[in-house]
Amino acid sequence: MLVWRKLFAAAVLSNLADPLIMLFGLGYGLGALLPSVEGMSYLAFFAAGQLCTATMFTASFESMFSGFSRMHGQKTWDAILYAPLTIDDIVAGEIVWAASKAWLTGSTILGVVVVFGLASSPWVLLALPAAFLVGLAFSAVGLIMCVLARGWDFFSYYMTLMMTPMMMISGVFFPAEQLPAPLLAVAKALPLYHGVQIVRPLVAGGPPPDLWLHAAVLLAYAAAGYTLAIYFARRRFSS
Amino acid sequence: MTALSARALRKSYGDLEVVSGVDLAVAPGECFGLLGPNGAGKTTTLKLCLGLIEPDSGEIELLGEPVPRKAREARARVGVVPQFDNLDPDFTVEENLVVYARYFGIAKEEIRERISALLEFAGLAGRGDSKITTLSGGMKRRLTLARALVNDPQLVFMDEPTTGLDPQARHLIWERLRRLTQEGKTLVLTTHFMEEAERLCHRLAIMDRGRIIAEGSPRALIAEHIEPQVLEVHGPGYETWMQRAKGLAPRVERVGDTVYCYGEDIEPVLKSISGELSYLHRPASLEDVFLKLTGRDLRD
Repeated sequence: MLVWRKLFAAAVLSNLADPLIMLFGLGYGLGALLPSVEGMSYLAFFAAGQLCTATMFTASFESMFSGFSRMHGQKTWDAILYAPLTIDDIVAGEIVWAASKAWLTGSTILGVVVVFGLASSPWVLLALPAAFLVGLAFSAVGLIMCVLARGWDFFSYYMTLMMTPMMMISGVFFPAEQLPAPLLAVAKALPLYHGVQIVRPLVAGGPPPDLWLHAAVLLAYAAAGYTLAIYFARRRFSS
Repeated sequence: MTALSARALRKSYGDLEVVSGVDLAVAPGECFGLLGPNGAGKTTTLKLCLGLIEPDSGEIELLGEPVPRKAREARARVGVVPQFDNLDPDFTVEENLVVYARYFGIAKEEIRERISALLEFAGLAGRGDSKITTLSGGMKRRLTLARALVNDPQLVFMDEPTTGLDPQARHLIWERLRRLTQEGKTLVLTTHFMEEAERLCHRLAIMDRGRIIAEGSPRALIAEHIEPQVLEVHGPGYETWMQRAKGLAPRVERVGDTVYCYGEDIEPVLKSISGELSYLHRPASLEDVFLKLTGRDLRD
């Protein structure tokens, strides 16, 4: 299954242009106005957040839109089910694929971060597995949306009501600690915040505080998403 | 040993029982047809046999494996041609076959060796690099058939294999399906083309409202349920003529504006036709059986 998915790698390019334009547009523009944030240049600060956000978007788009197209539009899932594979295998394959594609986005941004000298310590390499973890969490949640969806419109609810606000409060553009306490609590319950909390210290050049806590939250989202996606996929495909 | 057997199969969706006590037995090497009007439960029965959905009750054995418990093992030796083509539009003809073979764990090198034979079978030799979107309906159907054969299956399920095809494409598919039975493969197909069932199937079952209501070879079914000769009559004055025909043929019925006369010897009825009445005299067909049993003919 993965063999076939790999053929789509070319499409990743389009996932990169957007976040990079955002990164340099906002990063340089705002960076010129702002003093350093949390001891790093605003560009580096924002780059860490943008790495996670771009990974989140790639994972979500792939698992929701591309997944739904394969499941609903092209009926590829139906075809796969005639082979000795089950719906559980397909869900697992879709999640791992979307996470891999998201990881490619994250690691390319990381490459840019390093090339532009925004991070120089070897710690930053740990952002690679972190990006995969972020991808896994959002792919799994995205796939729940995919197997629940009755039509394409369904995804705009999730994107507008969940992803966009999440991006605003998770410390991507500014330190989340500036938020009022209730909003910060919401951010802490969501996965993106924890991704940023891992990646930003790595970009700054040190070990992230509470690394295992943040990683555990991301893993929990991945595991719960995987379980629920399988549950709803089984339900969808048994009727 | 049977290639496929089902006993007392039941499946409901909500309050609606779609399959209500189906028994099936398909012998190895046989071409078995499952006939029925839309909504009869044919596709659901196929899905149950493949282990894609679980029955509420009943037992299924596919190629010696209990289904759904060992459906994976069974499906490894089964091919499926679904009702609607679901080829991958992003891939070429050849890639579709290679990728599909990978789902069966067949090595790339192994499938590459067999690709030309599969393409030849599908009448797509030399089209390996074509995009799916450039193929005609008949070509897609044949490619779907070739795809169902990547794992060299012992049994092939086909859900309405020729629906929506033109006569040329249909005849080519029939020819290929006969070739498959000659190779010793077991075929299970659903269709609502009686002509198709009559030509291809060794044995068939007619299904309606979730039940099998008749079973046998096409010839035996016709002999059992319908008189050998059929006369269809329509045109001005058919109603008065019908009263006369009732005394001449053993069975006369009206469907819309057409009168059907069935009998062993239809000559006397034939002679009584006069005036502007049009008629068609033909041997009884499976379609007559089907219409009689599924009760779709509107008897007055």
